[in-house]
Parts: sequence; C-alpha cells; structure tokens
Amino acid sequence: MSQSARVALKSVVWTACLLPLLMLLHKFWADDLGANPISYATNVLGETTLRILLASLALTPLRLLFGISWQMSLRRLLGLFAFFYAVLHFTVWVVVDQFFNWAGMLADIRKRPYITVGMLALTLLVPLALTSTTRMVKRLGGLNWRRLHRLVYVASVAAILHFSWLAKKGRTDPYLYATILAALLGVRGWHWAARALGKRRMVALGAPSPQKRVAGAP
Amino acid sequence: MLIKRRPDIASSEITTHGLYLSRRAFIAGAAAVALGPSRAAATQTPSAEPLAAKPSPTFRVDDPPTKFESATTYNNFYEFGVDKADPSIYAASLRPRPWTVRVEGLGVRPKTYDVDELLRLFPLEERVYRLRCVEGWSMVIPWIGFPLASLIKRVEPAGKARFVEFTTLNDPEQFPGQKKNLLGFSSLEWPYAEGLRLDEALHPLTLLTFGMYGRVLPNQNGAPVRVVVPWKYGFKSAKSIVRIRFVSERPRTTWEKAAPNEYGFYSNVNPTVDHPRWSQATERRIGDFRRRPTLMFNGYADQVASLYAGMDLRKDF
Repeated sequence: MSQSARVALKSVVWTACLLPLLMLLHKFWADDLGANPISYATNVLGETTLRILLASLALTPLRLLFGISWQMSLRRLLGLFAFFYAVLHFTVWVVVDQFFNWAGMLADIRKRPYITVGMLALTLLVPLALTSTTRMVKRLGGLNWRRLHRLVYVASVAAILHFSWLAKKGRTDPYLYATILAALLGVRGWHWAARALGKRRMVALGAPSPQKRVAGAP
Repeated sequence: MLIKRRPDIASSEITTHGLYLSRRAFIAGAAAVALGPSRAAATQTPSAEPLAAKPSPTFRVDDPPTKFESATTYNNFYEFGVDKADPSIYAASLRPRPWTVRVEGLGVRPKTYDVDELLRLFPLEERVYRLRCVEGWSMVIPWIGFPLASLIKRVEPAGKARFVEFTTLNDPEQFPGQKKNLLGFSSLEWPYAEGLRLDEALHPLTLLTFGMYGRVLPNQNGAPVRVVVPWKYGFKSAKSIVRIRFVSERPRTTWEKAAPNEYGFYSNVNPTVDHPRWSQATERRIGDFRRRPTLMFNGYADQVASLYAGMDLRKDF
C-alpha cells in the first residue's frame, strides 16, 4: 500500500472512531442526552467499546478468509481506540454514576457478575494497551508479544458477557454481538485446527516441518 | 411523610399545558429545521386534552414533579418496544378512543365500560406520587384518577375473590412492540398481565388513573386507563388496561413468567432486597445528578407496611 493510501485509510478510521465521542459531546452541549443522560452516556461508550473491539478482531479473519492484508496495519489503532472507549465508559461509571463511592463499587465488582466480567475485560486490556508500542513489541519479542495479546480473546468474551448479563430481557443486540464474536473467533479456531492437522500430516509423511510464521497474527 | 400541608410547588407554578406545547412545538420545529427528519421530529407530541381534577391535599409528596418531557420520553412500555425512547416514538399508533374495559370475575356481574363512562363514575383527584423503576431510576408524577377501591366496592366481588388481574390490550397493529422480531421471538408474552392482592388493590393509595400533569394520559404512559401502585416497582402498574378480573388464585404475571427469579409477584420497592443482577439500595431521580437512597416501600411504608406484616419480604419479593 502506498504511503498516501495508508494515510487516507488511517484518517478514515480515526474519524470513524472519534465520531461516537463527538456526537456524544455534541448532544451534551445541546442538552440532548435525554431524561437520563448518565445512563445514556454510559451505554453509548460501552457499546462503542464493543463495536471497535469486534472491528479489531475482524482484521485477522479477513486475512485468513480472503487473503487480503492491507487492513492489518489498523490493529493497533483499533485496539487502542477500544481501550480508550473502555476507559471512558469506566470513568463515567466511577465519576458520574457512582461519584467515587469506592465501597459501593467494590461491593458491586464482587457481587454483580456483569460488573465482575466488565472489570475483568477492562483489566485485561490494560497490559495490551501498555505493550502496544513498537518498542514494547521489540522488547517482548514477537512470539511473547503475540501470546500476551491473545488475552484480547478473553477480554472480548468478558465484554460480551458484561453486556448480555446487564441487558434487559427482550433486547436482541447482545445476541447479535455474541454471534459476531463467535464467528470471528470461530474463523481463527478453524484456521488453527486446519493448520495443526496439516502439520501433523506432514510430520507423518516425514516432511520437514513448515517454517514458523513470523508475520502471523494472534 | 405523606400527610401534607401545602405543596412546595403551587400548581400555578407548574408550566401550563398550552405553554408547554408551544415551547415544545418550537423546539421540535427548530430540531426539524436543524436535523431534517429525525427522532426529534418523529417523537409524538403527547395528548393535549386537559383533564380536570381536584388536587388531593393528602396524597402528594414534597419532591418537585419530574419534567413532563422526561416523563413522556423515558418510558418502559414494551408494547411499543424495549428501548425507553420507543414509547414516545411509536405512541401515535395506539388509539385510546373508543376504548372499553371489561370488569368481570368472581361474584361480579360482568360489565363492559366505555372508558369515558368509567372515568365519570367517581370524582377525579390529582395525586403526586413517587415512581420507582426496578431498573434503579425514579420520577415524581402528578397523576389523575380515583381510588381503584371505589370501583371495586361498586362491583362487589365475592368473598372468595382474593386477587385482581389486569390485562393490557393485545394488538400488534397498535402496539408495534408486540410484533415478533426477525428471528420470530417476542420480547414478552402477550397480553401483558399484572395482578394485585385484593387488599393491595383496595388500598387507598392504589389509583385507577386516566391522566397526568393536568391532561389525559399520553399514549406512551398507558392511555387511556392504567393503575398506579406507588409502593411497587413501576412494572406492577399495568397500562392500557382492557380487562379487570377478580380471581381466587394468584395470577401469574408477565414478568414473573419471563424471569421468576428476578421479578416476584409482590415486587414492592425494597432497598434491602436486591435484584439478582443489581443493587436496589439507591436510585437516580430523573433530573438529579447524584444517586439517592431508595426508601422502603418507596417512602409509603407508613401506609402499606401493615399489608405485609409477618411476611418474609426476601422470599415474597
């Protein structure tokens, strides 16, 4: 991909990722957040986190299924935006919703499964955000870095559970998100299984084992 | 806490409906110009028809009433859809007139009332009640109606009638939320069924309600007739009622059927009994910034606690 195409692509993604926040801020200033602004803001930020997280998890399946790879350069950007919205979502809960009621929040984290898994998802994203720089990738080494970043699978399952368990009955979107996540993880699982099977077959045939992939994505 | 001298807010200070409407029309017009066709423009202006009622000197709380706009745009009314904006967006699909309510059951000579006949049976009063939603938010609403007890005493159910069952209109043409979704699922089992113990239904706080904020009930708030049971979570107060039936067995309510471990038959507001998924200790009053502690029986403990004497409210939640 040419440099200008890369710049254009990243600009589009930046804009798309910032749009939900800008719309929220616009509604805030226009006093258009509805009767329960805190709940509205929390929901928008949480749902945006989920969407960007799923988008970041969709890049590898695109490569595995269609062999295209230009989108792989967006992984870090999308991952960091997901983390950014998760932190905003959490901040609104701590500052605006609970108003630093630490005892109450700790009790909720312990007692309420949907909050427990939500905290788990956010906590798992922290080391991923911290090791997102090129320097950290080099320091950890590609293999370790990839292993660490598989935590995103656990985090995304936790995030989906967080949403499903708090959503009221009759809402269909939690199922939709869960289905999308299952498909995105399923493509990976299928690919891994196929590869492992192929490797075993080659070993059985006495062929030299295939070279380790370096560019492979988690 | 309920017996009041003078309300802190004189009714003259509450925005008149005409002024409210003109403001609203202005805002809606501005929004339509600024945004083109949008949710703001799609939201239905609630009914303009005034409904005269004498303010009750006793049944009113101190707290300032919730903004009318909030009370008519932030609603849980699954018949219109699961989102809290859905009831105001789809309100126009409901036709609250002509409307009949069937009153029947044990010992009662069945009768079908026209809703306009029903609302003239007894003098209407305005009562300002707290409303606490099971989701953890609350409002303060000036309702208009008469005690359900007046109707019950008039129709004289038999002694073995121990419960009252309320049924909401079941008509997917008028209630788009009753349609099945693409996958063939309903959000709830229709028609919506609610119920009260007879002594709860006879309690002077239980209001058969035809209006709010000085006008007839807006569609999104359960037009043309609903009950209001202020010491219970909001979903216990059945809306858009087409049938009131006196029965001997405890009716199975819609939310009990949907999630029996989360929504009990009683569903009294109780800060010490949590919803399985979240705490009920606090609530956010719509319009407030900070959460506030939830009161036992929504602040009506003095009036209703005796109804549940000797009961384990953790078991009978």
